[in-house]
Amino acid sequence: MNSIILRVGTRYLCGLLVLFSLYMLIRGHNEPGGGFIGGLIGSTGFVLFALACGTADARAALKVMPQNIAMAGLGIALLAGIAAAVFGDALFTGQWLFINETPEDKGIPLSTVLVFDIGVYLVVFGSILSIVFAMEEEI
Amino acid sequence: MNDDTATATNPTGNGLVGLIPVGIALLLFGWFLSLAPAIAEGQSLRLVWDWVPSLNISLSFLVDGLSLTFALLISGIGALVLLYSNTYLAGHPQFTRFALFLTSFMLAMLGLVLADNLIGLFVFWELTTITSYLLIGFGHDTTKGRRSALQALFVTGAGALALLAGFILLGFSMGSFELSVILAQADTLKAHEMYLPILILILAGTFTKSAQFPFHFWLPNAMAAPTPVSAFLHSATMVKAGVYLMARLHPGMSGTDVWFWTLTIAGAFTAVFASILALRQTDLKQALAYTTLMALGTLTLFLGQTSGYAMTAFATFLVVHSLYKASLFLVVGCIDHATGTREADVLGGLGRVMPVTAFAAGLAALSMAGFPPFLGFIGKELKYAGILAIGSEPFIFAAALLTANALMFAVAGIVALRPFWQRTGIALPRKPHEAPWPMLAGPVILAVLGALFGVYPDLLQTSLVDPTVKSLLGSMEDAKELQLWAGVNMPLILSIATVALGAALYLGHKRLRPALGRLVDASPQFDNGWDTFLAGLKGFAAWQTRIIQPGILRRYIFATFATVLVAIGGTMIARQAMPALPDLSDVTFQNVALVVLISAGALLTAITSSRIAAMAALGVVGIGVAMIFIVFSAPDVAITQLLVETLVVVLVAVALLRLPVLDQNGRDRRPVDAILAGAIGLSVTLVLLAVLETPLDLRLTEYFEVTSWPEAFGRNIVNVILVDFRALDTFGEVAVVVIAALSAYALLRTTHPRKDP
Repeated sequence: MNSIILRVGTRYLCGLLVLFSLYMLIRGHNEPGGGFIGGLIGSTGFVLFALACGTADARAALKVMPQNIAMAGLGIALLAGIAAAVFGDALFTGQWLFINETPEDKGIPLSTVLVFDIGVYLVVFGSILSIVFAMEEEI
Repeated sequence: MNDDTATATNPTGNGLVGLIPVGIALLLFGWFLSLAPAIAEGQSLRLVWDWVPSLNISLSFLVDGLSLTFALLISGIGALVLLYSNTYLAGHPQFTRFALFLTSFMLAMLGLVLADNLIGLFVFWELTTITSYLLIGFGHDTTKGRRSALQALFVTGAGALALLAGFILLGFSMGSFELSVILAQADTLKAHEMYLPILILILAGTFTKSAQFPFHFWLPNAMAAPTPVSAFLHSATMVKAGVYLMARLHPGMSGTDVWFWTLTIAGAFTAVFASILALRQTDLKQALAYTTLMALGTLTLFLGQTSGYAMTAFATFLVVHSLYKASLFLVVGCIDHATGTREADVLGGLGRVMPVTAFAAGLAALSMAGFPPFLGFIGKELKYAGILAIGSEPFIFAAALLTANALMFAVAGIVALRPFWQRTGIALPRKPHEAPWPMLAGPVILAVLGALFGVYPDLLQTSLVDPTVKSLLGSMEDAKELQLWAGVNMPLILSIATVALGAALYLGHKRLRPALGRLVDASPQFDNGWDTFLAGLKGFAAWQTRIIQPGILRRYIFATFATVLVAIGGTMIARQAMPALPDLSDVTFQNVALVVLISAGALLTAITSSRIAAMAALGVVGIGVAMIFIVFSAPDVAITQLLVETLVVVLVAVALLRLPVLDQNGRDRRPVDAILAGAIGLSVTLVLLAVLETPLDLRLTEYFEVTSWPEAFGRNIVNVILVDFRALDTFGEVAVVVIAALSAYALLRTTHPRKDP
């Protein structure tokens, strides 16, 4: 596909999609979203990139092999699960830290659950891109 | 026919590698010997280690008369055989491997006879199967060696599977996997409704392992192994494992009609059948292999009984046979080693060149033939006494035993007399020489023991026979006395008849052979049957692979969905679970519109002649499904569905370039596919409707609704379940995603080399 409009547009669209996917990831705990959906949205951004500019450019923009991203995500999810054991709970129990907590407001929540979701995000993102890139390169 | 790899050029053996196993075996033998006095007084020793306590599996070992007899035979003969093979295979490039196999086999065998837990016993049982496979296939560079090893593995392995099933049934029926606990409740076991299935399954295991007819064919083939292996596996160990297990279970399972008739008939038939075949052989090792079958049949025959005579005969013959058979196998190894042949018709006049070998062979053969004052004579007398004590039809079985013993007598002459003393005048392949001392130690010691125990039967009686009988019958008083001279009685008369008949057979065996050959050729050939069976199995596998896995993805999917349809539809029909027509009063226009949209998409996919159109129509179906999720307020699922649909479009579009044009390829198949798809859809709909007929259990949903915010600080229940309540499940799923991605990547990358990096 050789369309200059698509190529130029894609550079912005891809960034927007990745940004949007991160937003979906963060809001997932209270609103529709989460790591799985976030990963899917993020990967569509790069799939679009690959369609418009070719996989070589898409790989270059990504900088890391998508398989490595997926494996790293799996490792992060596992670490988030093991962290609970460090704090003395059963595996995969969520651990929470609330910054600036007041009686009315919980403040900024940080948790191993979020870390776990980030892991899921990376797994989905990396897995889809490994398959799509490989398929496009084979054709 | 010399399929051994005898290479003894260096009589000192293989150094430390060859001596360490001998040391291990000797240490074990010494330890067991030190236990013997206590066991002889009727005590038993139990050692228990927890293994998998949650499953009631422990590593428990029991040393009593029966297991000690076996343990002494295994470790004692093991030590001699290991010493022998150190010289026999001296300088063999794979001797280390051989020593490892043989030592592992010996240890597994010891574990088997000492184990007191069914699961533990089974594990050792299978270890012997595997190690014996490696040993029989030691000469794996010949087709024959590989075939024999595989055959032994398959036959005994199949039996072992039945055995495992039998053990599991036995353990659950009796509420314990400890043998000593199970055997203590013999009456409960015999009256149990599962007794017959348990018995059949276990006997399937023991009969294959101990090569009872009709599973006998693997044993003579297993002679492809080096001779020391044959001496070990077929005298005291591998093939006796089945006999051992039947003896071990004897207190708990014997005494019923099924037990009596199965063991007695199978044992008697195997004994006669095998001894006839033995006489036919001209290869010394093959002849011995068939007499081993005869011995196994006899032992099985006695285990069918419950009388004190039969048990004493069992215990004595077990020792007798191990001693002379191991000795003779080793002698044949010496002959083979010295002359380069094992053909009975070629060998002759070795007595002058190999006097020590001839001495050992003579002693062992006299014991085998049952001459006084050898232990074999006492064994034979006891066998006749035991057979006459059988409750029904003693004379038929006595006649069978007489035939078998007479044939054994003749074979003993062929194996141990003729090679040393007859004159053939045929030149031998090699100039014979006396075997070196490590190869003589085994045969001589074992043969002398056979004579020693014959002269002093009390030694054996008090140390091994009485305790073994106690293991089988519960008390030592039931053991009959081992004696050389018991007066003129029925057994003695039968003994004399045996000698007469045996001598006649020996003198006439050359004339008998052609007749026997014709007889055997006319009867069913199990060995060929095995090949036919294997070929049929392979043919069947190839046929069903062609049908189920033709390499065309479309057919894989068709087979998968057809199976699903049969499973779901069959279950629905069998259970008569047809749901009633649901209440359609609250269906809105919106719902109907969605259904129409999805149906139209599906229909278009099935009938269009363009791939692009089919893809677009499939997209319509997907989006329709996503809209259903939106209507029923599941935004997370709807978003996921839409995104997946998008990605599928991209993937299919990429793949589209590679796919063949639609019309060329199987348009005629599409009606069938469409019917299958429709049927699947219909059956899934019916299942869902049937599920909805029962009120939905909302307790879990309520629990998540209530606890999602206070416990997991999240309002999106779906996501909270995914990342918190069920995080472990999610972790498993993402792991699967990674594995799938890597597999797809690997497949894509291996089928075509990448052109532009």
